Amino acid sequence: MSAALAEAPPETRVHYLNADYGIKSWLLTTDHKRIALLYLATITLMFFVGGAMAVMMRLHLIDPAGGLVHPDTFNKLFTMHGVVMIFFFLIPSIPAVLGNFLVPLMVGAKDLAFPRINLLSWYIFIVGAALTLYAMVSGGVDTGWTFYTPYSTTYANSQVMATALGVFVSGFSSILTGLNFIVTIHKMRAPGLTWFRMPLFLWAIYATSIIQVLGTPVVAIAIFLVGLERLFHVGIFDPAVGGDPILFQHLFWFYSHPAVYIMILPGMGVISEIITCFSRKKIFGYSFVAFSSMAIAVISFLVWGHHMFVTGMSVYAALIFSVLSFLVAIPSAIKVFNWTATLYQGSISYQAPMLYALGFIGLFTMGGLTGLFLASLATDVHLNGTYFIVAHFHYIMVGGAVMAYLGAIHFWWPKITGRLYPDLWARLAAAIVFIGFNLTFFPQFMLGYLGMPRRYATYPAEFQVLNVMSSAGASILGLGYLIPLVYLIWSIRYGPIAPANPWRAKGLEWETSSPPPTQNFDVPPVVREGAYAYGPPGSEQEGAHD
Amino acid sequence: MTEADAAHSAEHPPYLAHHFTDIEQQNESGTMGMWLFLLTEIMFFGGLFATYAIYRLKYFEGFHEGSRHLNYQLGAFNTAVLIGSSLTMALAVRYAQLGRRKALIAFLILTMVLGIAFIGIKLNYEWTADYHEGLIPWMGFHVEGANAAAVRLFFCFYFFMTGLHALHMVIGLGIMCVLLRMAAKGRFDSGYFAPVEITGLYWHFVDIVWIFLFPLLYLIGGLY
Amino acid sequence: MLMLGSNLALFAALDASPGIPIFPPRASTVAEGVDQLHYFLTVLTLFFTFVIFTIIFYFMVRYRRRSEDEQPPATVTYMPLELGWTIVPTLICVVVFVWSASLYFRNASPPNASMEIIVIGKQWMWHIQHPEGVREINELHVPVGVPVKLTMTSQDVIHDFFIPAFRVKRDATPGRYSSMWFQATKTGTFHFFCAQYCGQGHAAMIGWVHVMSPEDYAAWLSGSNRGESMTQAGERLFQQYGCATCHVADGTGRGPSLVGQFGKPQKLRDGQTLLVDEAFLRRAITQPNSMPIPVYAPVMPSFQGQLNEEQILQLIAFVKSLGGEERKAKGQ
Repeated sequence: MSAALAEAPPETRVHYLNADYGIKSWLLTTDHKRIALLYLATITLMFFVGGAMAVMMRLHLIDPAGGLVHPDTFNKLFTMHGVVMIFFFLIPSIPAVLGNFLVPLMVGAKDLAFPRINLLSWYIFIVGAALTLYAMVSGGVDTGWTFYTPYSTTYANSQVMATALGVFVSGFSSILTGLNFIVTIHKMRAPGLTWFRMPLFLWAIYATSIIQVLGTPVVAIAIFLVGLERLFHVGIFDPAVGGDPILFQHLFWFYSHPAVYIMILPGMGVISEIITCFSRKKIFGYSFVAFSSMAIAVISFLVWGHHMFVTGMSVYAALIFSVLSFLVAIPSAIKVFNWTATLYQGSISYQAPMLYALGFIGLFTMGGLTGLFLASLATDVHLNGTYFIVAHFHYIMVGGAVMAYLGAIHFWWPKITGRLYPDLWARLAAAIVFIGFNLTFFPQFMLGYLGMPRRYATYPAEFQVLNVMSSAGASILGLGYLIPLVYLIWSIRYGPIAPANPWRAKGLEWETSSPPPTQNFDVPPVVREGAYAYGPPGSEQEGAHD
Repeated sequence: MTEADAAHSAEHPPYLAHHFTDIEQQNESGTMGMWLFLLTEIMFFGGLFATYAIYRLKYFEGFHEGSRHLNYQLGAFNTAVLIGSSLTMALAVRYAQLGRRKALIAFLILTMVLGIAFIGIKLNYEWTADYHEGLIPWMGFHVEGANAAAVRLFFCFYFFMTGLHALHMVIGLGIMCVLLRMAAKGRFDSGYFAPVEITGLYWHFVDIVWIFLFPLLYLIGGLY
Repeated sequence: MLMLGSNLALFAALDASPGIPIFPPRASTVAEGVDQLHYFLTVLTLFFTFVIFTIIFYFMVRYRRRSEDEQPPATVTYMPLELGWTIVPTLICVVVFVWSASLYFRNASPPNASMEIIVIGKQWMWHIQHPEGVREINELHVPVGVPVKLTMTSQDVIHDFFIPAFRVKRDATPGRYSSMWFQATKTGTFHFFCAQYCGQGHAAMIGWVHVMSPEDYAAWLSGSNRGESMTQAGERLFQQYGCATCHVADGTGRGPSLVGQFGKPQKLRDGQTLLVDEAFLRRAITQPNSMPIPVYAPVMPSFQGQLNEEQILQLIAFVKSLGGEERKAKGQ
């Protein structure tokens, strides 16, 4: 296949990065690959802003009396850390960067269905981010990322409106991106690329996009109503004027629970790609993994009540939400087992992407299983609102989603930039991240069961040892994140030139040059085999799906 | 035109965007994209409708009293106007399909006139009257009686929901201006009219939202 | 079965050894049950994580790439495995769900003979009021071995009353009442925390539960600075705010007599029937015209904003006491 590509020396070959120069060619681009890089720059900035806030919090929490900042400031730090990391890093991360870059390549198309809407989506994101950053520097907001009423509508004296507006606006970016992906996957697949020949990354992005499209508008309304309540004291969420504060929680969590699957599903898609490539084996149980993604997307809309078990809901409603919350764990478990089984009798190598992927599997397993403690009613009563919850979601968001994101960045870096990064440093960073992560968040499980509530700027002295351990781990984790920033940027200029397919991976994106030309493929591809056709040539299984 | 250009035009009509393989793919993608967008709009309005429904159940009498303040005759007339504009829009799409440029332009203009009429009636007759009667919650609201708070909440919902709807109409009118300009320049013919069709979808959706809004807001007060 | 047995044995062993900071003190009737479930889930989590990690590690070593051109065999689907690892986790989830739900169900309703204490959360402190009239701030004295029902609300934003040692927690929401119950099993002093973020002083909204023997508790009650009981305070308010003008006891006033009404069903004008409980009375006081009743004209003014949560609860205590017998909170 690659023989057809005339590999001109990279200095003379025209590809999407050197096809045009100047700031206008970037800010007015409709090339999905350039838009992906625009997103990469933006969310990397937001990640380090959110990360800086985390550092300050962990430093502050070394002292039970709260050493570093005023409690008001601490409250603003955890609020903004949540808002920035969730809405401006995790939700866009893999879809907006890797999805934008890879979806057209993986389906064999020249671009997404709506390239101009894609660019608009980035600009909307920028406006949302700007509003939120403005809120940050002009006093900050202290409601918690969950904006619970009536605190957010009536009592908070902080930049609630600006932040709410920023989040509201960024939601439209998310919706448009999801819409673009759904149409592209439905309508623009290359000849021969049936649904069940698609790489599982596309299935994951598809499921994610469905959630984005259906769920985001509901939180938009919830935030819109909070804003109106704050302005006009209408009585929608403020009980003092006849409103219902729990109604807000229902509207909010109806989106925000599926949102956590927006954050993890793409990561799972990445893992399927990496595991297969670095063990040189077709995925075990393709249909099961594909259908699991869809099942997660559907069931995720039915479990929001598990965030509200202690609000006083009826026992019967609680039982139903609990059952469904257990149910939503099963497809994820199926995926973990299938990934593990894929390794069996493989030919495994341990470059950085694989280390991140394997780390994901372990940490996601643990994070997911700790979710069972929270789906289980009797234990959730004790654990809700404590550090156990914080540890649970960080295991999935950071131990899972961020590691998958970093793995994806490393895996597709040669394709995106045409350069190789130094793998030794990458592996070292992966190891540091893994160790630092566990040191930071494992103690928090224990803190939670012991009873330390979350969002506390000061705490009883008996919790100090575990807090100090957590903060120490955080310093290691922070270091682990800084290292890739250095060598990845270095590699853009000084890294060895990458061949079209440095990992010898299967997939349409690897059948074009690194970096790809603007139109993605010199010759529009035709697909004649299934995904992950790593099996021996002529093997019965090759190209067939199970 | 050189031979190469002619060949290029033949295989690749000017209205086919470069990233699509053929016009069918482009049309299907555009239509699917609009349907998906309308789905998000259903979820958006749906959240608002759900909240309204919950409070209507909670403040039954107050909401009914509030509803009785509304002018249902004007509302009904406006409903007819909007349904009429959906008819003219559907006809505009039909004439675009048939390649009849003048008819397309005429019906687009007619749709816009009806749309502007709808908004004009709302602004000039309904909302102005509401202001003078002291029904706008944040502009001199004064309603007496035991249910005053619930009436105020009703009117908050009334203005949020009809306001959001009106915003969608204004955006639709803006899109139609663009369509008009394109039609005037002769950009549409029987081979290419997807933007008109897609705008039609959007406009019909805006109409359907109103068809739900009208009874829920104007008619729940019961027989007069 | 074997795993469960060995879990519980290990659990009992850890249980017996002091000083391991894994569980908070176990001081209520439900704590042990919750801990057992938690322990099982912990073992389950660590076990499966360990299993996955080990298998992965083993595969990583055993199947590491030895030459660039080696060709692994084709992936073969194996349905029994797929079904197996779908069904087994499902079964485990069912078991955990049933175990947890039955614990939760049992803990949901307070026993009939519970003593009732009022808890009002307010930025940033907890007001606690015993029915006999003793008030506390950020402290809760209770007798050991007696079921205690807390009726809670908030004066402003959502708070949450959390007692780790009892393994209980419930939101205190403004505009409504919530309740939870516990029965302390040993004397001592235990933390309580606010567990729902409520603003600047959220981390300061903490205090102590003092569990005492019944004799000590009675002594504490009578020795404390008491003031009027809740019922007495309610009666005073009933006169002070003019309720007695309309709600005449013999039913001849403009409003219905409230004697003996607590706990009875009340039909509303729109046809629905509600139970006259604390929530009903609170709504009647703050939003009387949201629930007009037959016969009487809906002319009762709203007292929203004029009475704070504590006063409303005192009025409710008074109304409960009408009808002759002293009605202590007995659930429904």
